[in-house]
Amino acid sequence: MVKPLTESMVFSVPLILAGLGIAVGFRAGLFNIGAQGQIIVGAIVAAWLGFAFDLPPVVHLLVAILGGAIGGAVYGGIPGVLKARFGANEVIVTIMLNYIAVYLISFILRQPTFNPGRTGQRSPAVSADATYPLLIPEWLVPGNTFRLHWGFVVAVLATVFVWWLLERSTVGFEIRAVGANPKAARTAGMSVGRTTIITMVVAGALAGLAATGQVLGTEGSLTAGVAASYGFDAITVALLGRSRPWGTFFAGLLFGALKAGGFLMQSLTQTPIDIVLVVQSLIVLFIAAPPLVRTIFRLPAPSARPRSRRAVKEAAA
Amino acid sequence: MKLELRGITKVFGPLVANDHIDLVVEPGEIHALLGENGAGKSTLMNVLYGLYDPDGGEILLDGEQVRFKGPGDAVAAGIGMVHQHFMLVPVFTVAESVALGYEPAGPGGVLDLDRARQRVTEISERFGFHVDPDALIEDLPVGVQQRVEIIKALSRDAKVLILDEPTAVLTPQETDELIGIMGELKEAGTSIVFITHKLREVRAVADKITVIRRGKVVGEASPSSTETELASMMVGRSVSLTVDKEPATPGGPAFVVEDLTVVSPAGNVLVDDISFEVRAGEILCIAGVQGNGQTELAEAILGLEEVDSGRMVLDGTELGGTGVRDRLRAGIGFVPEDRSTDGVISSFTIAENLVLDIYDTPDFARGVTMSPTKVAENAVRRADEFDVRYTDVQDPISTLSGGNAQKVVLAREMSRPLRLLVASQPTRGLDVGSIEFVHNRVVRERDKGTPCIIVSTELDEVLGLADRIAVMYRGRIVGVVDGADADRDMLGLMMAGVPLEDARRQAAEHHSVLGEADRAETPGAPAAAAETPHTPDPASPEERP
Ligand SMILES: Nc1ncnc2c1ncn2[C@@H]1O[C@H](COP(=O)(O)OP(=O)(O)OP(=O)(O)O)[C@@H](O)[C@H]1O
Ligand SMILES: [Mg+2]
Repeated sequence: MVKPLTESMVFSVPLILAGLGIAVGFRAGLFNIGAQGQIIVGAIVAAWLGFAFDLPPVVHLLVAILGGAIGGAVYGGIPGVLKARFGANEVIVTIMLNYIAVYLISFILRQPTFNPGRTGQRSPAVSADATYPLLIPEWLVPGNTFRLHWGFVVAVLATVFVWWLLERSTVGFEIRAVGANPKAARTAGMSVGRTTIITMVVAGALAGLAATGQVLGTEGSLTAGVAASYGFDAITVALLGRSRPWGTFFAGLLFGALKAGGFLMQSLTQTPIDIVLVVQSLIVLFIAAPPLVRTIFRLPAPSARPRSRRAVKEAAA
Repeated sequence: MKLELRGITKVFGPLVANDHIDLVVEPGEIHALLGENGAGKSTLMNVLYGLYDPDGGEILLDGEQVRFKGPGDAVAAGIGMVHQHFMLVPVFTVAESVALGYEPAGPGGVLDLDRARQRVTEISERFGFHVDPDALIEDLPVGVQQRVEIIKALSRDAKVLILDEPTAVLTPQETDELIGIMGELKEAGTSIVFITHKLREVRAVADKITVIRRGKVVGEASPSSTETELASMMVGRSVSLTVDKEPATPGGPAFVVEDLTVVSPAGNVLVDDISFEVRAGEILCIAGVQGNGQTELAEAILGLEEVDSGRMVLDGTELGGTGVRDRLRAGIGFVPEDRSTDGVISSFTIAENLVLDIYDTPDFARGVTMSPTKVAENAVRRADEFDVRYTDVQDPISTLSGGNAQKVVLAREMSRPLRLLVASQPTRGLDVGSIEFVHNRVVRERDKGTPCIIVSTELDEVLGLADRIAVMYRGRIVGVVDGADADRDMLGLMMAGVPLEDARRQAAEHHSVLGEADRAETPGAPAAAAETPHTPDPASPEERP
């Protein structure tokens, strides 16, 4: 009964984290297709720190997490700098960087350090100290097989952080301003270039965190398919969440459930897993539909109702 | 076509924007709607155009009740609208823009651009528009873009044309032309609903005037009423249409510009070797026809525009090499010319827009954490001070009326300690009451000893506000005149590039009607751009003898 829920949560971890990264980019007006590459690079760094070093418990995990985030941040920062300095289009740059990352990981997995078994598919296992502990320990529910790990807590914390960043921090104010009206942002003294770089670094770091959920948690080592299609699904997740932190969180949970359920469905009833893709696509279509339908049939937008009932400033003057 | 609105009511949350409004527009009538900022004029027109669903009331065309589900229905019924902020696609040609939305399709669904082109030419010729169907929108001056909007409406056989503040962005010259066009349309039987805050225009063209205040019709006025009468009817109190100010008591030069040159990336010299100074406690108005380098000059002062040569010194400190943020922090208040693109972020709340360039100061943020409470408190204080008509400071600024959005920009830029104020078209879109308020604030800022630079294309504003006037023409300063001995005719000539002394002589020999009116100091000058054939035509200097 509980296992399907925890499995959904396991699958949602990378979706939520990478989705948050995409969402931050959207808010700054950036279409970051590069979560895939950022996940891969984050995964390489996190895995390497996880198996090649011997550090005390807790510290080792924190170092590996941080390394993964930094790996993703650097890889996300590249298109940010290129756009800020030379006006390079972030869509094209991130797509190209995705290819580079894919070839980078298959190259790295053939290096002796990463490839003791000479399969070219899987790195050594990450040391136990650098692995996310399971969230539901044996002593709480004896005999459980839940795979849910602390990566999910990281996803929750990241959601809170992104909410704070966008809604409460000066940096987020700049991100939103630049995304909504770069000209007005510039007139107000903000640096569009600096904000672009910061946004891409944050987005990359979040994708890097998504990678840690896989290599330090679910998978336990670096594999060639570590990023699966998470980097691309994350775009859908962010769209579905309307680029809001909690919206993205719940969209990530939903897509995690669809992913987890899809595998189960296929093995139990032979329903092709592609149906999940169809369902996902329909969801996105319906979410995107209201404006679309309005445009097609030229319907007026429902008028905005101010949230508060505060009396109109009639009495003044 | 006879248009009748009966009991139109439109509610936004707790706000009644239109409260049982009745309005009758006869065929071939120019009906002016007057009212304060936020009175509900644009809302009423949006209801009429099918953009808003009314909460009550009915619309009748030639006595028959109609219901519009959207602008498509309104257009089909013969209603055309030119919005307060009109939106054309910059990379389209005129013909494409006109075709957009109704797409005359030829065989096989291919867009029939030839027909659209033909239509543009036809309408252009009939009303004397002089619009080239193949010109790109982005290359056209704002006045011509507006004509494209009108052509667009007419090409769909509009019998009722709504013009929402069409003259706010026009030069006096373009305004004259628009007034001429309105006359032509009226002759052809088109009814026009005309919204403006400029009372002389109303008196010049309107057949009938309806005044709206706080969502209700407060009465009708005849076009022969004086400006003062109209103004007090609008605002509900008496308004001073002239600026009351003591003579300036300027100190030393506080802001000095030396040999400033700005060249566009394409190599055009936009600001051409300009030098001037503004003294502490003095208002310097930069007058000129739109597009003669004033925008670039203002932007160069803030650091938005790259300077090719020359220097600017504020209170002894060189500005060169510092960024926009440094200059804002150094105490420059900057009101951009175009509030919707540069001044506000429409999806941000009113409160956020009120701190757009001070959000990270200690008043609103500790470290990188902002305080929403302080931002909100500040917003309520500023909005009340500047009489912004809002419902909740946490509403997006896009829910404010045009004039109220402008007041937000002014409130933000003028309510912190300033060492230099640079304001472009500060009163664009404001009602007469708010203009009075803003002018008084500028004078108060001056009296505190702040050097003020006001860029304006409105001669009335320049003449009323300035202690000194610098006239710009083609990127240069033609001359600097003392505010006290400037007159309308002389400035008009200088705006056309005539040097100071020649302008003074010519103006003395030959007065225009408006100039005469100023001289005689009749209250509520009999002003009508259309009736002033002698007004110097600043836009076409070649045509002058
Ligand atoms: N979409 C909206 N949501 C909430 N309030 C709105 C909305 N549109 C307009 N309002 C409010 O309705 C009132 C009337 O606005 P409207 O734009 O009609 O004013 P206006 O008479 O055109 O003023 P101006 O001269 O400044 O253009 C204003 O108080 C405005 O804040
Ligand atoms: Mg309006």
